[in-house]
Amino acid sequence: MSLPVESEAQSFVLLRLGERRFALAARQIVELVAPSRIFRFPHHTPEIEGVILRRGRIVPVCDVGERLLRQSLKSRRLYLIALRRYGAQAEWVALPVTGECELITTEMSPASAEDLPHVAGWLSHAGDVIEVLNLNALTPGPSEMAARASTLAAQEARP
Amino acid sequence: MRPAPPAKQGAARTEQIILFRVGGQLFAISSASVQEVRSANSLGGSTAELSQPGLRKVRHVVRRGGDTVYVINGAMHFGLPATPATLVFVLRHTRTALLIDGIEKMTTMTRLQALPKAFCHEERQWYRGLTTLDQSVVPVVEPEGFLTPEEMALLDAPLLPDKAPEAGTNEEAERAQ
Repeated sequence: MSLPVESEAQSFVLLRLGERRFALAARQIVELVAPSRIFRFPHHTPEIEGVILRRGRIVPVCDVGERLLRQSLKSRRLYLIALRRYGAQAEWVALPVTGECELITTEMSPASAEDLPHVAGWLSHAGDVIEVLNLNALTPGPSEMAARASTLAAQEARP
Repeated sequence: MRPAPPAKQGAARTEQIILFRVGGQLFAISSASVQEVRSANSLGGSTAELSQPGLRKVRHVVRRGGDTVYVINGAMHFGLPATPATLVFVLRHTRTALLIDGIEKMTTMTRLQALPKAFCHEERQWYRGLTTLDQSVVPVVEPEGFLTPEEMALLDAPLLPDKAPEAGTNEEAERAQ
């Protein structure tokens, strides 16, 4: 017997990336800010463009365009600063967006096993079906990389 | 949930740092980590060329007294465009020296922020963290992050007396990169 899926209205922020709209749970959003200077330095994490300074913090800028649209974002109107959890810790990450954001309250349909890992669920809004993003799957982190490396090692070790 | 607020700067501990450039990029290093600053043309000791295909960032080794010091090309280490190196930092408590473009200035940092966890590759070994200076963000290098223990062993192997380098070590180094 499977338990019925509980569904209740939650708040989401709709964000625009190019021609598409996506959603993030509003509780994960810290603030929406105008683009500021990006500081770049050498590193090997392709999703990270650099860092910005915000309220005394150094915040990594993660271009999710490549992952979601298969192309980097050429223009950006705002940075959506979101909370990304790393185990018990949480850090700010800045996601560039190309258009206005909108706060809505609606019910989310949970993701299915067939959905990509970055999909936390689906919303139906104004005639559109919108992906709710799973920030942990969309932005990189050391534990994810370690897990990926051990999976690769296990695959290589297999005869 | 909110992340922990940034550390208060009231009674901040300060650390003297050297700002330097490699491949045109600004970095910082704790001045306590730098044993000597020398001209790239006068490393002292006896300098020999190295040819380790898996580790092209190390082209020279310097024998100073009883120590062997490996000279790292900073631009190659960080994947930056090659620029003429004029100075070398001999790094304290390591067996490495770092070729740099030049020194910008010495200054003091009051806060070192850990590298955000979103950075999840080799850079976690490269940097102690990030600091802000004059409204800019500068990476603070980790002096022990220029050579991994595996790379160091690979470099040491041909220099060990009565021991020929083992076959396949270059391939191992390339895999380790």
